[in-house]
Parts: sequence; C-alpha cells; structure tokens
Amino acid sequence: MSIKLTIPTALRKITRDADVVEAEPGTVQEIIASLDQSYPGFRTRICEDEDKLRRFINIYVDGEDIRFLDNLTTRVRDGAELAIVLAIAGG
Amino acid sequence: MTFINGLKCRECGREHPKRAIAGCEECFAPLEVDYDYDAIARVLSREVISARPKNLWRYRELLPLEREPAVGLASGGTPLIRAERLGRVLGIRDLYIKNDSVNSPTLSFKDRVTAVAINKALEFGLSAVGCASTGNLANSVAAGAASAGLPAYILIPDNLELNKIIATSIYGARVIAVRGNYDGVNRLCADLAERYPWGFVNVNLRPFYGEGSKTFGYEIAEQLGWRAPAAIVVPMAGGSLITKIRKGLKELEKLGLLEEEVRTRFFGAQATGCNPITSAVKRSSIEIQPVKPATIAKSLAIGNPADGYHAARLIAETQGWADDASDEEIVAGIRLLAETEGIFAETAGGVTIAVTTKLIEQGRINADDLTVIAITGNGLKTPDAVKLPKPICIEPKIDQFDRVASGLAATV
Repeated sequence: MSIKLTIPTALRKITRDADVVEAEPGTVQEIIASLDQSYPGFRTRICEDEDKLRRFINIYVDGEDIRFLDNLTTRVRDGAELAIVLAIAGG
Repeated sequence: MTFINGLKCRECGREHPKRAIAGCEECFAPLEVDYDYDAIARVLSREVISARPKNLWRYRELLPLEREPAVGLASGGTPLIRAERLGRVLGIRDLYIKNDSVNSPTLSFKDRVTAVAINKALEFGLSAVGCASTGNLANSVAAGAASAGLPAYILIPDNLELNKIIATSIYGARVIAVRGNYDGVNRLCADLAERYPWGFVNVNLRPFYGEGSKTFGYEIAEQLGWRAPAAIVVPMAGGSLITKIRKGLKELEKLGLLEEEVRTRFFGAQATGCNPITSAVKRSSIEIQPVKPATIAKSLAIGNPADGYHAARLIAETQGWADDASDEEIVAGIRLLAETEGIFAETAGGVTIAVTTKLIEQGRINADDLTVIAITGNGLKTPDAVKLPKPICIEPKIDQFDRVASGLAATV
C-alpha cells in the first residue's frame, strides 16, 4: 500500500470519512478500480464511464493534472501522491 | 424580504440548502442560486430600479443577499461609453465600452462579485474570508474584508505584478504568494476551504459570488435603454463572467424588463498564451483541454478554467465565437483603447480590444451590430506590460520647448 490518494469532503461518505486512502501502484484507472472494490460506488461517483472522469473532477499525480499526462492511463509510481480536486472558480 | 429558494445544481438540478458550499454534492458541477422570479416580478420594475442609486444594489432583488448589504455599497454603476473614435478605427458604427476599470473600490469588475461575497460571509457569520486570485479578486477581497472588519487570507501566484500585490497588502490582508501558476494556487485554496471554517469567495462562496457578475449585464441593458446588445466581447479567465452576463440579460427578459428578446451573440477573448476556452471554441468543442499559461495577461492566466465548459457552450449556443491575442497584440490593444477613448485598461482589456479587432476583420461582428466591449480592469494595475519611451527632458527654457515641440508635432 504505497500510493496516497487525498479525498475531498464531498467524496468522504464513500470512503467512510477517510480523507486519505492508500492504493497499490498502477494506472490511475486501475487505482480507481481497486478503490471501487474497497469502497463500492467510488468509481461511479467520479467517472462518467470507464474511460472518462466527470467533468468537474480533476485528478493530480504529484501535483500535475493527469490531462497533462496520459489521463486515466497515467502510470502512478510507488510513493506518489494522488489528489482528487473539484474544479473551482477563477479569480 | 428574501427571494431565494435555495441553491440548485446547474447540471443535474439537485437542490441544496443556502449555505457556504463549493459545488453540487452529487455531480460536483457549479451551483446556481434559485430565485423566486414570480415574486421578484411583482416588486421589481424599470421605475423601481431607475429610482435607486447608481450602484449594483439597484438590482438587489436579483442578488442573493437576505439582509441589507453592509459593505460594497458603491460598487457597480460604472459608465457605458459610446466609443465612436475606437469604432471608426475598427470599422463599426455602434460600439460601446462598458468600463469597469473605474469600478469601486478597487478598479475592476471583481468589485461586483466581492460586494456580494463579503456581505454573504457576514450573513453566514464567517470569521474570515479568503480567495485564490490572479490579482483583481485579491485587491477587491482585501479591500472588502477591511471595510467589513474581517481578516483576509489571499493566495496569489508568486509571479504576480507588483502593483497588484501592493494593492492587496495595503488593506492589511494576509497575502501568501504560492510558487507556480494560478491553477496550483487554486488547488491549495480548495484544500484550505476544507480545513478552515472561512469564506473562500471563489470556493465555498462561489454560488453567491458569481451572481455579482450579473449586474454587469443588467447595467449594460439598462444603459442601452433596456435593450440587450447584438454582440458583446468578454475577456475569459475562469469563464464565469461571460456566463453571468448572459444570465443577467435573460433574467431581465424573463421579468419583462427588456424592449425585445435577448438575441445577443457572445464572443469570448483570451490571451494566446492561455487559451483553453478559445481553442475549444475554435475546434467546435465544449471539452476544455487545460494549458500551462504563458502570457502578460496575468489576470486571465487560468489554464484550467472551471467554467470553461459553460462558457464554450454558451458561445456556441448564441452563434458567437472566440479568439485570442498575442502579447504584442495585447499591448497594441491597450494603447489603441487609451489613444482613442481615453481609457487605460489592464492587460485583459488589451486582450478584449485585440480580439474585437480580429472578430470584426473576420466578419463575425458586423459593422452595424450594436456591440459592447467589456473592459474589466484598470491599466494602473499592470503598467509594466506597456513599455513606453521615457518623456523627453528639457531645461525650463522656451527655446528648448519649441525645438522639442516641433519634433513631437512631426511625429503625430
């Protein structure tokens, strides 16, 4: 269990109030699938379908938006930090 | 008297109670304030509005406060200027500038959103306010918080213009520069909003704050004699303002306050160095691909625009278009507006003027379209963007002046 994923408040009902959960290395998609096993319903809360995040959800790997990487097929190395962040307004 | 039913998700329609909240808990989309328009229609008329002072509170029934506003009382009410000289240069007859570079108190359209957000923070009894900002919001929140007696925590990118930093710190705000671009600042701010019980105006006060931008649209329509323009050109950073101007016009239409239905075509303007929304529009898409900003228009440098999808969609729906401007074109735009209309806009204004020029050249805005250009911030905030020659220096002697003046006259 070596990848840390930060969960925003809006998703913590699914993660049983955990603000950080852990997962094994793999692609972002695989990590989401494995978390869906531990926390049923996790995937459908953040994805429109298997290949697409919901429009107002962003995922960062070590601070980088996965849309600058390989999207859901971005490989996440051991020890990396993932964050799920809701899109917020400009200023 | 309140006219607010609650908050409603813009996408899935789920209802949420009135409270500080960032987005829909179901699908995470932005929330809209749900008004009782029938009740508003019974009390709001052109006469009622016209009799009130010229500030944004003249439309107070359409703003999401439940108490009388305590701060930001002079915000809004900015001039709509007939821009004949600029229009002649651009080849367009009916051109207007909506000039929020003279908004109160901090010289940008953000004074509209802040006026609503700070009052809302007071209503909710929040102990402090904060924001992530590319500058204008920072100035405005810092000033608004000072006038409300609230501490302010302002997060900015570490490369922000010095004037915008000074014009934030002066109000006693706690200003924190964050390494990297605005999108990182915004992420941090989202995290902070989860940890601190404060009102972050662009995060958990967002549903209310955005409503202030509608007044930009209300004022344009009222100043045009209760008509919507044929075309409007709006700078886009996060993409919220353009959507709220349309919402404002549609609300006036719904309330029966306009002479004609709204047929405004909406045009969006970005810098080429940060153009995630215009590039989506140009490829006929509403899917936003984020970018890493590199532009002198720092107030528009949001590479991951939260309302980009909605902005791109409304531009397509209204048969508008979007384009972007290089740094050189931005500076030329600033100078053109200053030299033709006597208005010194910040870099975002240069973007909007430059893009308007292109849209007219492309035939997307026609010579007889009544067109409004949204100028959203003041040039004194970004003076370093325009590199001008130093003035000629002379001794206090008539002959020296005569020689210099004849040389200057030759260059005019």
